Order: sequence, then C-alpha cells, then structure tokens
Amino acid sequence: MAAERHSLHRFHGGLQLDGHKAESLARPLREASLPPRLYLPLRQHIGDPNLPLVEVGNRVRKGDIVAASASLICASVHAPSSGTVSAIEPQPVAHPSGQADLCIVIEVDGDDEAAPAEPVDTGKLEPAELIEKICRAGIVGLGGAAFPTSPKLSRARAHRVETLIINGVECEPYITCDDILMRNFADEVLRGVAYLQQILAPDTTQIGIEDNKPEAIAAMSRALAANPLAQTEIVPVPTIYPAGGEKQLIQILTGREIPHGRLAFDIGLLCHNVGTCVAIARAFERGEPLLSRIVTISGDNVAAPANFEVRLGTPIAHLIELAGGYLDGDKVHLVMGGPMMGFSLASDAVPIVKASNCILAMRDATIPRAVGPHEECIRCSKCTEVCPANLLPQQLYWHARARNFERTREYHLFDCIECGCCSAVCPSRIPLVQYYRAAKSEIRAAERAQYRSDRARARFEFREKRLAQKKQREEERRRQKREALRRKREGDAAAAPAEDPVQAALERVKARKQRATQDELS
Amino acid sequence: MLLAILTISLMAGLFGLILGYAAVRFKVDGYPLVDQIDALLPQTQCGQCTYPGCRPYAEAIANGEAPINQCPPGGQATIVALADLLDTDVLELNAEHGEHPEIPLVAVIDEQTCIGCTLCIQACPVDAILGASKRMHTVIAGECTGCKLCLPPCPVDCIEMLPVAQTIDDWKWAMPQGIGELAHGG
Amino acid sequence: MNPAASPPSVASGRTLQRFMLQVIVALLPGTLIYAWFFGPGVLVNIALAVIFALAFEAAILKLRARPVTTQLADLSAVVAAWLFALCLPMHAPWWLVLVGIGFTMIAGKHLYGGLGFNPFNPAMVGYVVLLISFPVEMTTWYLPYTLGGERLGLLDSLAYSFGLADVAQWDALTSATPLDRLKTELGQGLSVEQLRSAPLFGRLAGAGWEWVALGWLAGGVWLLATGTIRWHIPASLLLAVFAIASLLHLVDPASYASPLFHLLSGAVVIGAFFIATDPVTAATTDRGRLLYGAMIGLLTYTIRAWGGYPDGIAFAVLLANMCVPLIDYYTQPRVYGDS
Repeated sequence: MAAERHSLHRFHGGLQLDGHKAESLARPLREASLPPRLYLPLRQHIGDPNLPLVEVGNRVRKGDIVAASASLICASVHAPSSGTVSAIEPQPVAHPSGQADLCIVIEVDGDDEAAPAEPVDTGKLEPAELIEKICRAGIVGLGGAAFPTSPKLSRARAHRVETLIINGVECEPYITCDDILMRNFADEVLRGVAYLQQILAPDTTQIGIEDNKPEAIAAMSRALAANPLAQTEIVPVPTIYPAGGEKQLIQILTGREIPHGRLAFDIGLLCHNVGTCVAIARAFERGEPLLSRIVTISGDNVAAPANFEVRLGTPIAHLIELAGGYLDGDKVHLVMGGPMMGFSLASDAVPIVKASNCILAMRDATIPRAVGPHEECIRCSKCTEVCPANLLPQQLYWHARARNFERTREYHLFDCIECGCCSAVCPSRIPLVQYYRAAKSEIRAAERAQYRSDRARARFEFREKRLAQKKQREEERRRQKREALRRKREGDAAAAPAEDPVQAALERVKARKQRATQDELS
Repeated sequence: MLLAILTISLMAGLFGLILGYAAVRFKVDGYPLVDQIDALLPQTQCGQCTYPGCRPYAEAIANGEAPINQCPPGGQATIVALADLLDTDVLELNAEHGEHPEIPLVAVIDEQTCIGCTLCIQACPVDAILGASKRMHTVIAGECTGCKLCLPPCPVDCIEMLPVAQTIDDWKWAMPQGIGELAHGG
Repeated sequence: MNPAASPPSVASGRTLQRFMLQVIVALLPGTLIYAWFFGPGVLVNIALAVIFALAFEAAILKLRARPVTTQLADLSAVVAAWLFALCLPMHAPWWLVLVGIGFTMIAGKHLYGGLGFNPFNPAMVGYVVLLISFPVEMTTWYLPYTLGGERLGLLDSLAYSFGLADVAQWDALTSATPLDRLKTELGQGLSVEQLRSAPLFGRLAGAGWEWVALGWLAGGVWLLATGTIRWHIPASLLLAVFAIASLLHLVDPASYASPLFHLLSGAVVIGAFFIATDPVTAATTDRGRLLYGAMIGLLTYTIRAWGGYPDGIAFAVLLANMCVPLIDYYTQPRVYGDS
C-alpha cells in the first residue's frame, strides 16, 4: 500500500528506549468516574491566563463556558460536568514548581446535566468561522504541549500549507493514550483530519504512526480504506525516541528542517496530534467543547495500569484509585507526561489538565536523579551523539553551569527541545536538561527585566523632556512679560510724561487681561 | 649597517601605513561608554546612588567620579556587569545607599486614605501614578519601578511598598548541583 | 525543597564506574601479553601505581573537602594509574612510580579541579615528567624472554622494584626497545634493512612488542564494539601514522621504517585506543576528533623520525591536548535548523 512507497529520512541522534507500553495496553480504555470535585486551573497554556466568567455559588452545566481570555492565543475552559462553583482559589496545579495557582472548583452534583449542544454545520461555514468554533470549544494541542489550536490554524492559513502532518507517533515510553485512541476512534480521527483538510486545503496529508503500534496502524488503515480521504496516507515511522517531536517527525517524513526561529507553517507544513483531530470532530459533530481527554495511568508503582477517558479537572488521586491504587504508597514518585520529558509532581491532589497525556506513578528507587548531586562531566560526548537537534550539550552544560548565558545562546540553547536524550545517556548522571531549563528561565527573566528597565528609561527620559519643556515655556513667558513691561515703560516715558497715572494703571490692567486671554487661547 | 637601518625604517613605515589604513578602514563606532553603563543600570530612577536618576549616575561612573557599587536596586548582579564592562574589580554593594531587595517592590496607594494632593505624582520619576488634584490617586503597577520616591512627599503616609506578586510564570528552574558545588557548602 | 527530581525519570545504566571498568577490562589482554613476554614487572608497576594513585586521590579529595568514597569509586584514578604504569620500563624502582603518580594525580589532575577539568592527559603528564627528569631509569628496558632466555619471577620483580636485590645480575637482559635502536643506529648510518634482520626487531615490529600491540588492538576493538569509545580518534590517528610512514618509506626505504613497523611498535596502538581517547582531554566533536587523532599521529611520527625521542605519543598527546579548545570551537556541527 501507499505506506511502503514512502521514503523516510533520519534525524540526528535519538535513542532506542524500552517502550513499557504493554502494561497500560493490557486493559481496555475505560471512562473514569466523576470525582466529587473538579479543579480547573485558569492557566492551562502559554499566553495570558484565562479570566473566570463564573462566580462562587453559580450553577454550571456540562459544557458551560467558565473561563476565557480576550488574548489572541486563547482556549476557553468549560465545565466538564454539572455542579456548583464552590470556590475560585489557589489550588495545587500541574507545574514543575509545585506551586498553587488560581483554579475554579466545581462541586459536582452527579447529574451530568449538559448545556444544549450546537453541532456545527461544517458545510456552510467558511474556514475562518470553523477556526472560531474551534477556539470556542477550547481545543488545544493534545500531544502534551497544549498550544491553542485555533491561533495555530489561523496563522497557518495565512501561509500556504503544502503538507498536513498528523502526529500519532507517541514516542515516549509508557504513554499509550494516542495508541488506544487510534484503536478505538480511528473513524473520528479521520473525520477530524477531514475538517482540518477543509480548513487548510493542504496538497497532501501524512499520518505518522510509530511502527511499534501495529494495531493502531491497522485500525487507521481500515478506517481510511472504508472512507478514503484525498491525498492522505498513513506512514509507519521507525521506533526511535524522539520521533514524535514536531521537528523530528517533519524531518522523518519530509526530510526538511524548520529554520531557526521559524515555525512549521513558515515552510508550508503543519503538525497536529491525533487527539486534537478527535476533539475537533467532536466539537463540530456533537457541538461538544473539550471536556475530557484520554490519560494513561502507568508506572511501576500502580496496581493496574490502564487508559482512562478523564474529565478535565479530575484529581490524579482519583485516577490512581481507579487504577487499583499504589503498590507502595510510601515511596511514590509522580510524573506528569512521559519519563523523558515529564516533570515530577509534588502531590496527587493535582488535577488533570488539557496537557496531561500520562501520569506515571513510579517507585522512588526507579527515579535515578531524585537525590544527590551529580558527578562531573568527563566530556565523553555521548550527549552529542544522541542530540536530535545536533547541538553540543556539554558545551551548553559548561556555559550554563558557569552562568555564562550569552555563550549558551551562541551554542543555540533555544534550539534545545528538552527531549532528555542527553540526560538519559550521561554516565555522570548530570541532569543536563535541568541545566538548560534553568538557563532558559534565567535568560527569560533577564529579558523581562531588560524590557522593564528599557520602558522605565523611556518614561523617565520622556518625563525629563516634558519637565524641561515646561520650564522653558515658563521662562519664555516670563521673558516676554519683562520685555513687554520694559517696552511699555520706555514708550510711556517718551510719549506722555505728563499723563494721568490713574489712566496709565487702568491701561496696564487692561493690557494684562488681554495677554492672559491670549495665553489661554494659545 | 646602513642597510639594516634602511630595512627597519622601511618596515616601520610600511607597518605604520598598514596600521593607519586599518584604523580608518575598520573603525568601530562604539557607542559611548555612558550609554553602555546606562544600559546596565536597572532604570529605577530612585536616586539612592545620590545622583538624580540612572543616567546621571552612569555619567558619573563614566567620568570616574562615582564607584560602581552605589546602586541597591541593581544589586550585586549590576556591580558584576559594570565591573565586567569597565574591567575593574567587583566591589561589595555600599550599604550606605541601601539594601538590595530580593523581590522587586511596587508602590500601592491606600485609596481610602489618599487626599489627592498630587505630591506623589510630581515625585514619581516614571509617571507611574495617575490622579488629579483632590481626586484619588493610584499607581500603575506595571510601570512602577519601586523607587520609593513617592513615600516621603505623601502627607498622609498612604503609600506602601509591597513585594511584586510572584506567579507560576516567574518561577525559575533551579540550577542543579554538582559534586563539587556541594563541597563548598552551597 | 524543590520536588522536581530532574527529568528524565529513566535510568540509563551507564555510569562513570562502568565506563572506567570497561577500559580496564579492555586493557587486560595487552597487559597479560606484556607480562607473558617481559615478566611480571609490569604487573608490579600497575599494582604500585594503582595503590599510590588511590592514596593520592583520597588524600587530595579529603583536602578539597570532596566526598571521597564516591569519587574513588568512579575508578578514574585506577585507569590513569594503569595507563601510566604501562608507559614505564618493566622494572622500575618503586619511587619512580611514586613520583610519577604524584605528578599524574596532583599536577595532572587535581590542580586543575579534578576529574573532568584537566586539560592534559594526567598519565602522560606524569610519564613526561619522569622521562625528562630520570632519563636513565626511564630507558632501562629488558629483552622479552624469547630472546633473553630467562623469565623473571614475581619475587624477582618485587625485589627489583624495592631495591632488595642486586640489579647487576640482570644486566645481560637489558636492551633498548626496537624504536630506541632504530633511532640511534639510523643516526649512525645503518639502513633500516640491516637493522630489521636483528632478532630484536621480530617479525613485524619488535620481538614481543608486536604481540603486545596486537593485545591492545584486541582491547581497543572491543571498546569500539561496546560503544565505549568511538572510531574517530583511533582511526584518524592510525591512518595518519600509516599514511606518513608509507609515504616516507616509499621515498626512502633505507632511512624510514615500514608503516607496519611504525604502527605496531612503541605506543601507537595503545595510544590510539586508550590514551588519545581519554574523553576528558580529547576533542569532543566528530570532525574535531578526526583532526585531533590525525594531529597526534603526525606529531608522533614527526617526533620519532626527526625529534629527540625514540617515541612520541606522550608529547604528541600533550601538544594536541593544548589545541583541543580551538579544535572544538572551529569544528562545531551544523545545528538543526541552520540553513
């Protein structure tokens, strides 16, 4: 079939990892039960945080919009089930800092009463209107980065998209949510792809799936054979981490690289995750906003790893319970995302957000870097061999460690995709990616400070200028006044020395008044 | 002997010409030192350095009239950057001028107490206070540099300096530690 | 406390200790062949060097207030000591080992900040200091038992090392290395062919020595196969030696030995696989490593053919070490997204 004709390309480096996929695939996809409370963080993606549209005490139905933002990069938040808003307060959220952030808390009533759905008549709407619907449905990229989908689509439409790439690679170990999604909802994935094709009108569409998912490939191929899409092919890609990274997948499928500082659509490409396609299909066909997502619960410290269809806002603890609980409750290490790029969570009270594709419950002992300082770099360059961006990770490390951030930029720090390959192979167990993240956050903080100080300087200088002008104007006015007075006195002395002094005084008053009106007018 | 002298002079002349040409050809219009220093200062315009604003202080440093350790808002980071630029020794922050606040400050006006005297508006170096005579004033938090210059003129003491609220976006990944740094008690 | 254990949350199984252990294992065949031909002196040297090195390392780490046990356990000191001991003549007095290891560990490694921070190969630093300071002791080599007819026992070696025996009884067994002979006698007007017929020169590159070199080669190939080292440095180093030796041998076979002789004599093979590949001091980019290896190969040959010492690996490595930052800077790979 078509897939075999496709010639694939390679990216630099990468790793063969133990998949650990079988654990969570051993059980079928289940719908997670409703928790008593749902926690909806207002900050779920980059850009400005959303603002709450509800107040404490309000009753909400499933699908009601509860938070939105006026910013360009936006994705609204909806109530995943019916209930009452019980609080809008800081709660633990999925963030590496472990800090709390503002959340809308919904006390779930269990009725699951839905707001009236408005399916979209896709045939009648223009692409721009469809994008608007996607924005209203709160859809973000479900691959893990959670970038809002609608701005991505509208910006891509401004360019010409030659190839639409659908990402079903799922290269990180343990994660199987896309795999199970493709097995169960292949038709919906393809209908979502069809809507994306309608919006973007690409020349070709390629659906990349890693070849360690034969069942997903088979399901998708069957669905495509049953309802063919124009110029669409399913391409099995070799299993090598991080083949699912946007840049790497593009390189594998097209052999092209995205130039520095540009985005995929700048070279006529656009990537979307399979989960995003299903979300789009549901938003259009059922009129249902993004209320749930499939989450993999796995790891060596959970009794029954499985995939769940989870309402957004469900606390992780609730899901762990559904998955049979911890095996060793004292030594749990929770990770959101995969083992390579995910981050550790401080507690299991954290709710599932749109970006949560996987929750790993690991034993402390499995986590190599949980304790202690690392050993020194011996410059073995294993990191360089595996870096998919072809960077020099150890140079970045030396400069980041020395806080020589200017140099880290010269060594392309911001081209690092934080895939974790370098940290994984380091014999000294140096947490390289953390060095890069630390360096990036320092650089960004410095940039923010620089922006603020530039602004302050501009405002200060403007104020100085304004004050100087004001002073100059006042001096000018005083000088004119003195001048007029002097001329007057000279004129008086020459013309009418014997004039009535009372008359003269009156005249002066009159003249002054006149000047004042003139000043006011000017 | 004569030949040697001749050769040396000829070479000297030749190299002189090359150097002279290079000086003209590759001249770099480095932007003035004052601007470079000013770019490193935090632009709080607080005057804690005893100069009326960051630029005057930059001019004083450039003229060698002031040491580089008089800027509390910039703190040690600014001192290091200045020492780097000027190729001088890194000094400790001069405590006479104040302490470096760990978290930047922002002025907040207690709007109940404010009598609308406009004195703080006149004192603000970056026009970050909004208000009119006999009307309540407020601070545009995003523009406030935390210089504290509005505090002394206020007749009713209704302005308070608060640390800027830190959000998740301000959080920074910590630098990991190597086996070496641990030993130094880090 | 930051809850974030740094990603990734998977262990690679790769550790410094394992890396060093692999190097040690790869050194075993060559070391055993060495001991077979030249007696157990080399084993005594290695044992002494390792003990001294661990003692120095522990003492310095203690002085520097570093965690001693974890850093001793990385075995880097053992590898450095082992390589250093292999450079010594097979019967070296104990104090020679001590002085050399002292320089290796203190001046070569810890003065720069310890493992990972030293710009020069520590073993070569120690060796070169000895070579310059104690030329007599450092050039007293012995015949392989196949030529000397007598194989020294372990007790003899120990007695020699600690000065407990009358060393004069073994004088008959001392001999220059093939490279020494080549250097001195070419200088006296003999041709390579005349020299090669001497039994000392063996079949390929010196009796006994050629087998030792093949032992290093076996270990090196194993290191390549396990991915412990990469091919760039050994390949370019050997190729460079081979190329320049072939060229000159073709031009004037009477004054320049054959490429095979150059490859298998002296320290070229162990240098290519074990010394030049020391990750800390070698170039780090692929192209840089090719350049670095070639540079060592050419410098080694230059020193052998026209310099003051019969072999040149140590000096070549140290000179190339100096160029590493420059090489690394100018051989950066093309980054993803560069046009």
